[in-house]
Amino acid sequence: MLTLYGQAVPSRMMVGTALYPSPAVMEAALRASGAGIVTVSLRREAGGGRAGDAFWRIIQSLGVAVLPNTAGCRTVKEAVTTAALARELFGTPWIKLEVVGDDETLQPDVVALVEAAAILVRDGFEVFPYTTEDLTVATRLVEAGCRVVMPWASPIGSGQGIANRAALRTLRSRFPDVTLVVDAGLGAPSHAAEAMELGFDAVLLNTAIAKADDPAAMARAFALAVEGGRLAYEAGLMPPRDFASPSTPVVGTPFWHAAGAAG
Amino acid sequence: MIGRGAPVTVVGAGIAGSWTALLLAEAGVPVELCDRGDGTGGTSHWAGGMLAPDCESDGAEPIVVRLGRRSLDLWSRHLPPTPMNGSLVVSHPRDGGDLDRFARQTGGHEPADAERVAELEPALAGRFGRGLFFPREGHVEPRAALPALHAKLREAGGTLRFGEAVDPASASGPVVDCRGMGARDAMADLRGVKGETVLIETGEVALSRPVRLMHPRWPLYVIPRAGNRFLIGATSLESDDLSGVSVRSALELMTAAYTLHPAFGEARIVEIGTALRPAFPDNAPRVEVAGTRIAVNGLFRHGFLVAPALAEIVTAFVTDGVRDNEVMRWS
Repeated sequence: MLTLYGQAVPSRMMVGTALYPSPAVMEAALRASGAGIVTVSLRREAGGGRAGDAFWRIIQSLGVAVLPNTAGCRTVKEAVTTAALARELFGTPWIKLEVVGDDETLQPDVVALVEAAAILVRDGFEVFPYTTEDLTVATRLVEAGCRVVMPWASPIGSGQGIANRAALRTLRSRFPDVTLVVDAGLGAPSHAAEAMELGFDAVLLNTAIAKADDPAAMARAFALAVEGGRLAYEAGLMPPRDFASPSTPVVGTPFWHAAGAAG
Repeated sequence: MIGRGAPVTVVGAGIAGSWTALLLAEAGVPVELCDRGDGTGGTSHWAGGMLAPDCESDGAEPIVVRLGRRSLDLWSRHLPPTPMNGSLVVSHPRDGGDLDRFARQTGGHEPADAERVAELEPALAGRFGRGLFFPREGHVEPRAALPALHAKLREAGGTLRFGEAVDPASASGPVVDCRGMGARDAMADLRGVKGETVLIETGEVALSRPVRLMHPRWPLYVIPRAGNRFLIGATSLESDDLSGVSVRSALELMTAAYTLHPAFGEARIVEIGTALRPAFPDNAPRVEVAGTRIAVNGLFRHGFLVAPALAEIVTAFVTDGVRDNEVMRWS
């Protein structure tokens, strides 16, 4: 079972709580996903602070662990302040750390991210940093004390799937003991399955479910894909080969079908 | 059944209460419409006034679309000047994927290429290569519609009592509670959803219908108003904070108008407003009945869209005991 900072969680899927048509639709989708952890944004979707109490109560009634995030923060100071507010509001040391570096792509500001992560770890937080696929940045985050690292598949909300498969594979092989979660950019269940097949510990997504025609059905589709991808990883995927390899003996093949035979 | 004889008190003169009082009065019920304010301070005052059931079908519950379609007829019949010339939805090329999804999730639209966009809204000629036209939609100016409804209520024999808080729980006769957020303490699962709008004024651009711009988070409209004014709205934040409009929201709203047409950059800001929309967890409206106490609430961002149809349902229940099990709850 997946454990995050010592806490066992029942599912390898985490889902966001933004962009749903209504809290009722969100609740149906979250239940269908089987996710044990939901992320909530203190700044982007809600007004911040206690003003979102009614919405928080709905989320807390779902009986899932809450991972508050710092979405919308652009500086180290903003992110650290928002994290402190989240800890007070939700009574959890968990914080998904996001520091936006570019408004257009919502690409993380990885320099500020590492700095904020170090401050928050020192302050007793259990940090889930949202980062790019960059190996060096991931190394710095782990050095700063992060036991979970969350690289993107592609930019937030893009639905493009895994843009840099090789880099994600490298992260997995270089950090066998760090919990790695693919976060952002997953548009289809096949993208989530691919991340799990690469050996990632979990995936985090939001838009692909929230904006689907039928969010609950899409949540279930992702849950099945995540489970399938994880099973495949554990079962041991066959290594791909660059030529066709027949699964039956070729001994009985008529000579006119054999490679190189003249037509 | 309450019948036509007993006087009914309607509490809350926003869009739900105003329509309910009017249709009750027209059905021959003695009705008094009460409000603690002067009729200009509530959520309805800040509304966009969109009558867009087809556009809203991308996320709203089916009941909202049903009530919205019915309400279009009621608006046309009771306030004939209501413009019913449709709404136009456009997107920037980068948000084309969102427009595709929107087209798939809604009905009642026709594709609009650059030529059609220019024909519908000459001000937008050459600015948008593709969009969607929803011909069977309309819009009202909330700040004109509410007084017009009140005037019709007086004509129909109803009375208005403003500036005095009335507690529906202590009313002696039949009462319809239309207080919106004012009823939050009486309804456990009612919450506020913050909406922010900006009202601007410019003579350099003219639009004849609401234009919706695809936005990754919110349904953003630029709605033409009388006097060269345009309402830009609205955000939708899970928050019951009424402290004002954030700089980020104001930037996003004004950027939306500016990217629709750069001349909006020279418009004057008339007003920036915040209101809380009352919503139940499914963001769909509800009529709760307990004896002779009726509560209409949870109209969310669909007040002007669904209020007439809800008022019709309440009126049929009061006069003839007709039950609509899709929106009515019993306790």
